[in-house]
Amino acid sequence: MSMLTNPTIVFLQFMNSISLGMNLFIIAAGLTLIFGVLRVINFAHGVFFMFGAYVCYSVVSRMAETAGAFWLGVLAAGAALAVIAFIIERGLLHYLYDKEHLMQLLFTFAIVLIMGDLAKMIWGTDQYSVPKPEGLKGAVDFSFGADLAMPLLYPAYPLMLCVLGPVVAIGMWLVLSKTRWGRVIRAATQDREMLAALGMNVPLVYTAVFVAGSALAGIGGALAAPRVAVSPGMDVTIIVECFIIVIIGGLGSLWGSFLGALILGFVNSFGIMIFPNWELVLSYVLMLLVLLWRPWGLFGQPEADGH
Amino acid sequence: MVMPRGTAIVVVLVLAGLLLVPVLGSNYLVDLSTEILIYMLFALSLNVLIGYSGNVSFGHAAYFAIGGYTCAILLTTYEWPLLLAFPAAVLLSGLAAAFVGYFCVKLTDIYFAMLTLAFAMFVWAVAFKWRDMTGGDDGFVGVTVPALIDGRVPYFYFTLVVVSISIALLWVICHSAFGRTLVAVRENRTRAGFVGVNTRAMRHVAFVVAGTFAGIAGALLAMYNHGMYVESAFWTESAQVLIMTLLGGMYSFFGPAMGAALLYLLNVFTIQYTEYWPTVQGVILLIILLFVPEGVVGLGQKIRQQLAKAD
Repeated sequence: MSMLTNPTIVFLQFMNSISLGMNLFIIAAGLTLIFGVLRVINFAHGVFFMFGAYVCYSVVSRMAETAGAFWLGVLAAGAALAVIAFIIERGLLHYLYDKEHLMQLLFTFAIVLIMGDLAKMIWGTDQYSVPKPEGLKGAVDFSFGADLAMPLLYPAYPLMLCVLGPVVAIGMWLVLSKTRWGRVIRAATQDREMLAALGMNVPLVYTAVFVAGSALAGIGGALAAPRVAVSPGMDVTIIVECFIIVIIGGLGSLWGSFLGALILGFVNSFGIMIFPNWELVLSYVLMLLVLLWRPWGLFGQPEADGH
Repeated sequence: MVMPRGTAIVVVLVLAGLLLVPVLGSNYLVDLSTEILIYMLFALSLNVLIGYSGNVSFGHAAYFAIGGYTCAILLTTYEWPLLLAFPAAVLLSGLAAAFVGYFCVKLTDIYFAMLTLAFAMFVWAVAFKWRDMTGGDDGFVGVTVPALIDGRVPYFYFTLVVVSISIALLWVICHSAFGRTLVAVRENRTRAGFVGVNTRAMRHVAFVVAGTFAGIAGALLAMYNHGMYVESAFWTESAQVLIMTLLGGMYSFFGPAMGAALLYLLNVFTIQYTEYWPTVQGVILLIILLFVPEGVVGLGQKIRQQLAKAD
């Protein structure tokens, strides 16, 4: 407990909570976007995330010390996942939209099984690490000139994630609420038949949303790569975390997943200090508490009966 | 309540065949049969929820694992006799299902599936982190099995008896007035509510029945393996038993048992040739989803109808 009275450690953990939360948000935002429109819980979101991290690793390791290699890796991860998602949606998933939800759920699980093996075939079972990008290798001083016993330093890379998360959130919110495409997407979450009757190409909306949401998973994976060990099995951890986030925040809600991701970040970082080894259980307890209070999550809408 | 004659004949033949398995003298065959029997029961228990009440649980492994861990811990750590440990494990699975079910049946469809998954991952997290009690990710190894059934053939017969009785009970439950009402709830929840059925209570009871029988299967597996491992509580295990149910056909009583046997045999066969069993499993799943959503049993019925028409 003494750690909680040390302001330096509390500061570091506070920042860690936000940077972890923001990284998780970028990934979970894709999941919640897809759910909002397609009404499909995409189990494959975690494996998309893992592919993103691997693609980023491949790009960075080929380009070695070239400036901007990491950012190219992030873009490549987003693009790769967009292509994969397009093939999956057009080739298979869209045949299942008129079937039961169970079928769609199990379909995405089949994708998990196949793509998990595919990753092993391509990248093997080794652990890889991705170096932090140029310019973000150092640390930022938060003492602001104050004369402290220990300077308040925080590494630049996770700090960048703390900034990038809100930027992505506001960007997505602007697109969804201010643009024509955003209006169409919101309409698709409400009433797809009506949207089709008004002459909108609904299948195209579905494809676009699935591609965009999956690209976010890939980008999130690339951004996570310098933070974690890139290895098989990372897909499983992340999908469980994403589920917790969207359940806490409410399925289909952008700001819900933002809040859920932040909460999970704090529970993970401070849970380790307060209940070492039990932080994983702690996040589940929190999720169950939220569900008892609001079964549809903090920002979720109660399901319409018979939908 | 009366079983159709054709089904009854098949059941008797399968049972007779199973009784004779140890006579064939192959240890491998006895082990394989024991494992398949356990997974048959696991899949059939899930089908009470999916096939009969129309609720898709993505966290059925939780009750399987609770049954397994409880039986293992009571037998070994607390040295309880089997006659107490086994029923206690089953009871605890049922109680856990009653508790979780209370919250889950307030929701339907995807939300129901997500919540069952969430509770199951909670069970997994506890099994994973409660090292002192469960052995954590090393697993709980060295389960004490009573001498009477500790052996390949005795344990096979023990499993056969327990699974047969359980399946018989499930059959009675599913074909009782309760089971038929469940089907009514599955087909049209609103209408079932109008004719006076308490649909939420019915779904809750189905949840408890499913969890209890999954607990029996879990306890059997723990003793068979002389150990219990966290993978049994993981969501991939829940997904696997769903695939078994779907492969066999969820709208028939014995379909899931067939699915369990088929998938298990495919697994055993495939891993001799390739380490990529997940891909094979994924492709099987895709084929079912896209081409035979009614499962093997449904496909059989369709073919029979076509043949009848051709005559």
